[in-house]
Amino acid sequence: MRAYWTLTRRELSAHFYSWTGYVVIAVVLFLIGCSFVNLLKALNAEATDQPVTELFYGTYYFWLILLLAAPVITMRSFALEKYSGTFETLMTAPVSDLEVVLAKFSGSLFFFMLMWLPLLGCLLIVRYYSRDAATFDASATATTFLGIFLLGAMYMALGCFASALTRSQVIAAMISFALGIPVFLLSFLSLTFAAETGWRGELFSHVGMFEHMQDFARGVVDSRPLVFYLSFTALFLFLTLKVVESRRWK
Amino acid sequence: MGDGLMIEVENLTKRYAGHTAVRAVSFAVGRGEIVGLLGPNGAGKSTIMRILSCYLPATAGSVRVAGHDVFSEADEVRRRIGYMPENNPLHRDMRVREYLKFRARLKGLGRGRARERIDVVLQQCGLTEVHRRIIGHLSKGYQQRVGLADALAHEPELIILDEPTIGLDPNQNRAVRQLIKDLGQEHTVLISSHILPEVEMTCHRVLILHEGKILAADTTENLQQLMSDHGQVVAEIGAPLADLKACWEQAPEVEHFDLAPAEGDYVRCSLIARAGVDLRPQVFALACARGWPLRELTRSRHSLEDIFVRVTQPEKEEENS
Repeated sequence: MRAYWTLTRRELSAHFYSWTGYVVIAVVLFLIGCSFVNLLKALNAEATDQPVTELFYGTYYFWLILLLAAPVITMRSFALEKYSGTFETLMTAPVSDLEVVLAKFSGSLFFFMLMWLPLLGCLLIVRYYSRDAATFDASATATTFLGIFLLGAMYMALGCFASALTRSQVIAAMISFALGIPVFLLSFLSLTFAAETGWRGELFSHVGMFEHMQDFARGVVDSRPLVFYLSFTALFLFLTLKVVESRRWK
Repeated sequence: MGDGLMIEVENLTKRYAGHTAVRAVSFAVGRGEIVGLLGPNGAGKSTIMRILSCYLPATAGSVRVAGHDVFSEADEVRRRIGYMPENNPLHRDMRVREYLKFRARLKGLGRGRARERIDVVLQQCGLTEVHRRIIGHLSKGYQQRVGLADALAHEPELIILDEPTIGLDPNQNRAVRQLIKDLGQEHTVLISSHILPEVEMTCHRVLILHEGKILAADTTENLQQLMSDHGQVVAEIGAPLADLKACWEQAPEVEHFDLAPAEGDYVRCSLIARAGVDLRPQVFALACARGWPLRELTRSRHSLEDIFVRVTQPEKEEENS
């Protein structure tokens, strides 16, 4: 367990040793800022009864950030260590494969959540300047962040898996992008089949991330998306573990 | 367990897809020994070390470190070894102390114990002055020492160093060799190298590895002894060439000789004695008796280099034919 914490700390701080962490945060900050400007314009133009979090989520910036940042955050996790050879020193230390995989995953996820903090700042600004307390709903904000956390967990696990497959960070980023986009595109299918009553409508209603996120932004926590994201995360972490273990298969 | 063997390798074979890196290798290393794995590039040195350090599984055979199997008890083994892989990979973006702290904690040392040990290894490896510098900014020699410090941090019973002095300048090289020698007093050390003098200078025992097989395994002295039976004596004597020639022709112990004029009025004599005879006292006695000045008298000891060439050569010829 100690090895896990030590490794997680190292994973998280690794983002700040080099430029990558700062660049990612700067870009995300810019995108969140853009969406915030849009949001303020919309709020000024007409009154609305939707929570601010849902308005925010309604801009496409949200998905852009998720899809772009995830591969960049996770691409280094295994690929860089394999490339530089430090994977060998890591795996010959008395640590279990599971600890390594979990530490890489949680380090990335932690950074991902850190990256979203400016959003909280934006929401607080709205609250400060609008006298109406109803504009800022604490529980809706909490569930929005829960949604971001769950989506992030899935994409981080997927990214770790991609990174474990290769020695090249570029290839790792491309694989996780290539895997992440289809998962995202499933949401469009779910929109398409939403009206259908047959098995297709049933099936795709479970994988629609738009709807899931919309629920979370409204303050609704449904168990179905919870199960969906957690099981997807577990699946990819399991696959990552198998890839890491495969080194010692006879 | 007790004071038994540190490393026991029996019939170790490692096959990678398409080629065999290590073929049925067996050897043992006792506690407190410094053993060198010597061989050209691609002989299987790194593969053996990776298997010993539980990084790769063996295809066949059994490998035990301090009585624990490297495959089924990998965790026990990892706790007992300090391993520095080839090319000494480090997190170059971290500071020296920070890196060592990370590694020490990873290896299960408590906070206080880690701090203590880091101070010790910093001192031991001569890193105290640079402990706040970023590793990537250090010279190669210092980086090598950081790798060594990492390998030592948790006081392992067995230290495995893969090519520890590669790419160092002669001074750094000497410092690292001295360090390894010092380590041998308390730890068991296994180092690999393709540079012969290095192994000769640091190790008690040498395993010569070629194409995945052990060709020779003995102490450095014994291997040299093996060769010095055919030892050559070189003497520079200030005497007329013809007189010397006559002398050596008469001496029954001299099997073969070679004379060449040296600078001044001296003649350089290369003498090869019959097996088991040391010619040096005789040469000295002769020079005294005749009143010839003698300005050099040496027996050329065979370096491991000669041994190595001799041991690996026939193999190659067989293959070529």
